[in-house]
Amino acid sequence: MFNNIMVPVDLAHLETLEPALSVVADMARQYDATITYVSVTANTPTSVARTPQEYEQKLDAFAQERHKVHGQPVSIKVYSSTDPIANVDDLLVKAIDETGADLVMMATHLPSHLDIVMPSHGGKVATHTDASVFLLRQSK
Amino acid sequence: MDNKSQDQSPDENAPSEGIPAPEGPANLIDTDYVIGQDNITTKTMGVNLDLHGKVFTISSIVVLLFVILTLALQDTIAPIYDTLFSFLTGNLAWFFILAANIFVILCIGLVFSPLGKIRLGGADAKPDFTYMGWFSMLFAAGMGIGLMFYGVNEPLTHFGTSFDGGSWAPLAGAEGDQAGAAALGMAATIFHWGLHPWAIYSVVALSLALFAFNKGLPLSMRSVFYPILGERVWGWPGHVIDILAVFATLFGLTTSLGLGATQAAAGLSYLFGAPESDVTMILLIIGITIIAIGSILAGVDKGVQLLSKINIAMAAALLFFVIAVGPTLLIATGFFENLINYAIHLPALSNPFGREDANFSQGWTAFYWAWWISWSPYVGMFIARVSRGRTVREFIISVMLVPSTVSVLWMTTFGGTAIDQYVSQGIEAVREAGIDLQLFIMLEQLPLSQITSFVAIVLVIVFFVTSSDSGSLVIDSITAGGKVDAPKPQRVFWAIIEGALAIALLLGGGLTALQTMAVSTGFPFTIILLVASYAIIKGLMTEPKAV
Repeated sequence: MFNNIMVPVDLAHLETLEPALSVVADMARQYDATITYVSVTANTPTSVARTPQEYEQKLDAFAQERHKVHGQPVSIKVYSSTDPIANVDDLLVKAIDETGADLVMMATHLPSHLDIVMPSHGGKVATHTDASVFLLRQSK
Repeated sequence: MDNKSQDQSPDENAPSEGIPAPEGPANLIDTDYVIGQDNITTKTMGVNLDLHGKVFTISSIVVLLFVILTLALQDTIAPIYDTLFSFLTGNLAWFFILAANIFVILCIGLVFSPLGKIRLGGADAKPDFTYMGWFSMLFAAGMGIGLMFYGVNEPLTHFGTSFDGGSWAPLAGAEGDQAGAAALGMAATIFHWGLHPWAIYSVVALSLALFAFNKGLPLSMRSVFYPILGERVWGWPGHVIDILAVFATLFGLTTSLGLGATQAAAGLSYLFGAPESDVTMILLIIGITIIAIGSILAGVDKGVQLLSKINIAMAAALLFFVIAVGPTLLIATGFFENLINYAIHLPALSNPFGREDANFSQGWTAFYWAWWISWSPYVGMFIARVSRGRTVREFIISVMLVPSTVSVLWMTTFGGTAIDQYVSQGIEAVREAGIDLQLFIMLEQLPLSQITSFVAIVLVIVFFVTSSDSGSLVIDSITAGGKVDAPKPQRVFWAIIEGALAIALLLGGGLTALQTMAVSTGFPFTIILLVASYAIIKGLMTEPKAV
């Protein structure tokens, strides 16, 4: 059913992603799918990397690390942006097209009152793509 | 950006610790500092925060303290600010004028030097924005609002003082000589809005962009001091520099927002008879803040860039309308004449020593230079952020020469038309009107004045929005230790703080006093800019030679 699973990753906040990663691995094994780890990062230096290229290197290392765990094929894609926080949703939708992903698995926060002004990235991406979107919420 | 760098060969210019250079060769600075290492991350009431503990806390407290003191002790404190500022412009005018000259010479030198070939973000970096989007943003952030208010006022004022031969005349004045006074008035105005201010912005923006994109340091004022202070920039010396930048940006924005609301309200009341009351002004500030918040939530590309483009399109429409229905031939020939007059008077106007026109050189020029310099951390940082992928030469031509040319055209059009109305048609109304109404009275003499005045008011308001939103982005990134990807609510917080402070100062009084204070920050910043000039040269020299 799914050949290419896209997983948005923020290397600066890996801890929030951790619980979702094993679910992603299970799904990928179930369907024998490729996993594409996608990041949107600032084009200015960040806490993770001092250049977008360094970020890419680190994401690649992360992907290889994951590959060792689940054994499924992996690839990566990094988008650098002037304003990553504001552009992340659009770039993720673009990434779905460019990677040809048929399933997006995203870690997301619990719904809250702030969603009215600042909707969750997962919710927003889901409304702008044909791919299936699987939102993994953190348990309370 | 595409996922290509995996197959790139290792870069021989990359530093030893193995951090890959940005796109194409660049020379990163070796440092163990991790961006955000001094930040506090927390979650309060469902909102994530990521702030530089010391810079955020101290600058917030200092700002609040200043505002409370100014509100509470207005009458006592206003003279202190005034004295401080008169002292600075009176005794240190030569310093401001000399420093600004250095910035212009540095920029022009860089355009012609081989260093101009170096590209911000590495030799293969691609620009994030089109020329139009980029240019609109830097113009809207840098000067838009000032041109709206001083486009008519300043040429007329200098024309008046030159013609009347008062002590405020630029240089030796041109008593009784109408043509000479007009030429001198335009040259003096263009001097204040031309190469010098844009060179000031260029120096700040170029140094920030170079140290962030090519050297891998956080996008923060302190990074520019790395060549001098080394690792100490991550400690207190750096905190102080960043706090000063926040201080200048926030006060500059707040006071402009407050004074701007006063002026926009004057325009609305002139046009539609809206009451020129506190309520109108507060509603204006709230409206401006709400649009600015929408714009910062949408981000740089879809918010600030879009608004700036709309703004520039409207400003261009107004400009060409005035050219078309105003004294077209006079403006067309005046543009070149003014450029020549500017060139002729430039050496005398920019001479820092032995000036006989003390009122002009201290009261106007030094004031302007301090003003531009106090705005430079904010405008410079914003320009830096959107300038990745440009070469140094392209950068300076676009940030200094193109905007200067537009300023000349703008001043020629608005100032020239107003002077012509007075000289050839004997219309005194413009000269006699208050500064916030002069533009509208000038437009009133031309056809369709109801429409053009309305466009002018909208322009003023949107220019404020573009200042408020880009300013909030800048303050947020300085107080987040140079991060541009800090949580969104922080940007909203700063936009609200700006609006709230502007309202408090408007109601409590003290806007002008605080503006004087803000402009006083121009002095320490001039020193920072001189250091930045040195850092630019040193930083560029260590970049790999572009091919």
